[in-house]
Amino acid sequence: MTEYILCLALFCIGLYCVLRKRNIIKIIIGLGIMEYAVNLFFVLVGYKTGGRAPILAKDQVVSNMVDPIPQALVLTSIVIGLAVTALIVAIAIRLFERYGTFDITKIRRLKG
Amino acid sequence: MTVLSFYVVIPLGGAFLISLLGKRIKSSGDILANLSTFSLLVFSLYSIKLVFINKVLVYNVGGWVAPIGICMVLDGLSSFMLVTVNLVSFLVTLYSISYMERYTDKAKFYTLFMLMLAGMNGIIITGDLFNLFVFLEIASIASYALVAFGTEAEELEASFKYAVIGSVASSLILLGIAILYSYTSTLNMADISSVLSGKPQSILVNFVLVIFLTGFAIKAALVPFHAWLPDAHPSAPAPISAMLSGVLIKVLGVYAICRIFFNIIAASHKAFFILVVLGLISMIVGAFLAIAQNDIKRMFAYSSISQIGYIIFALGIGTPLAIFGGLFHLFNHAVFKSTLFLTSGAIEYSVNTRDLRKLGGLSSRLPITGYTGLLGSMSISGIPPLGGFWSKLVIIFAALQAGHFIFATIAVLVSVITLAYYLKFQSYAFFGKLDEALIKIKEVPLTMRLSMITLGLICAISGLLCVPAFKPFLQSAVSVLLSGNAYKDAVFNALIR
Repeated sequence: MTEYILCLALFCIGLYCVLRKRNIIKIIIGLGIMEYAVNLFFVLVGYKTGGRAPILAKDQVVSNMVDPIPQALVLTSIVIGLAVTALIVAIAIRLFERYGTFDITKIRRLKG
Repeated sequence: MTVLSFYVVIPLGGAFLISLLGKRIKSSGDILANLSTFSLLVFSLYSIKLVFINKVLVYNVGGWVAPIGICMVLDGLSSFMLVTVNLVSFLVTLYSISYMERYTDKAKFYTLFMLMLAGMNGIIITGDLFNLFVFLEIASIASYALVAFGTEAEELEASFKYAVIGSVASSLILLGIAILYSYTSTLNMADISSVLSGKPQSILVNFVLVIFLTGFAIKAALVPFHAWLPDAHPSAPAPISAMLSGVLIKVLGVYAICRIFFNIIAASHKAFFILVVLGLISMIVGAFLAIAQNDIKRMFAYSSISQIGYIIFALGIGTPLAIFGGLFHLFNHAVFKSTLFLTSGAIEYSVNTRDLRKLGGLSSRLPITGYTGLLGSMSISGIPPLGGFWSKLVIIFAALQAGHFIFATIAVLVSVITLAYYLKFQSYAFFGKLDEALIKIKEVPLTMRLSMITLGLICAISGLLCVPAFKPFLQSAVSVLLSGNAYKDAVFNALIR
């Protein structure tokens, strides 16, 4: 149970970071933390104490194995997260070129 | 049925070829993009016939049978959404040929556009929950990049905001999928539904429902979650605004909510009442904020929020007539909102401004843009013979039939406000005296005119969808939603066949 609570705490730290921080880079890091918390949760869902990787081999019987599907899904989700992070960082660099600041409260030309 | 995979393969292949050839051969981007969207339109019209004969079709990706492998499912609702998306996307690519000359790199534009289209078609056609998440991310990432396409200060700012809010939504959706997987140990939509119906009602399912609702409501821009839309939609190039407002928020938001609420989880009446309330709030807030705007595209963006409110409101009522009205309005909104955004793009193309206060008397100089804008505005504000009138009428009747008298009155009043701000748009932009400085402007190029005229005509005749000859097209989509839990049986039966 403890690991699930810690996972929730990690998610909340990420959310706090996205909502409260003024620096764009910190917001991006917050997004990363949130994503990792969700990925961690997904892996925990498939974990079993003392479980092994379910690899099918000759004359070997794995009786206590972890669920491999969440691991495969998390790999996909990490790759997606990488794409999003790369794109947002690229946008952040361009934003710095245009506005000369990373402060989100000073980047507000859109109103209404 | 191999044809099911084409809806994803064609745009993905198109994106790959365009990025490969676009730099070397000048017009290859235009030709390839239009060819692929046109073939997608033909295939999606063909899907109507397939659904008419077979009801439900299943394709196992890579030959792995469904609950273990990923499957694609084509039923009435998917076919309806495919037609809507691909109709708009074909006309938008036609429009982009001339419009995107203003920007530097057309090939990159088409590549991203095709990726977004692949994501949207994938969401509609897939029968696997995690696969839906992957396609959702493909469509979202492509749209973040497309919003920032002009790389001006405002566009980057809007794109950053959209990307951050969109990623939070995606994380929530993934969290929901993780919890649902831990409860049912399967990812196939039909299989989840059958596992859930075998278990007693649990609070965990309601929790998942709330998480999904939050995630998809951010994608659909329902009112407490709408902050990104009025910045992101106006900042994108006009064809992309038309795609984002016309179909993206519907596929990523409304379609996903429908599928999960009606078919997978089979939510309770309380959950549907949340949809009614969210829809009502979006309707009112969107309409009031739209009146105050002076930027054309910003006004249309707020109007989208308001119209999506109508759709969600109708789907939340949940009676057969209301669902019919909601889906009918979804189709109509896709058509008239893309007409209006393309019209605003044409104005920007000729006049170089989007500020309503600087315009006036344009209908004498831009006659075709004026007429299509008029058709779109009349349809969205519900002037009788046009499509928008019939769908709003059906929604209001359905609300009355279900006993929601106050809500029905509010829907009528919001419709009056809609008329007010579209009159404002018409009188500021097209009527009145022409400014001296605007005397030299010319009508837009042929392909842009062609796509606007086609969309305008569809606006005018889309009311025909509720006459008996064309009704089965909509009715098959409605019956999928009404069948609720029976979705899983339909899919499993199609698998055995």
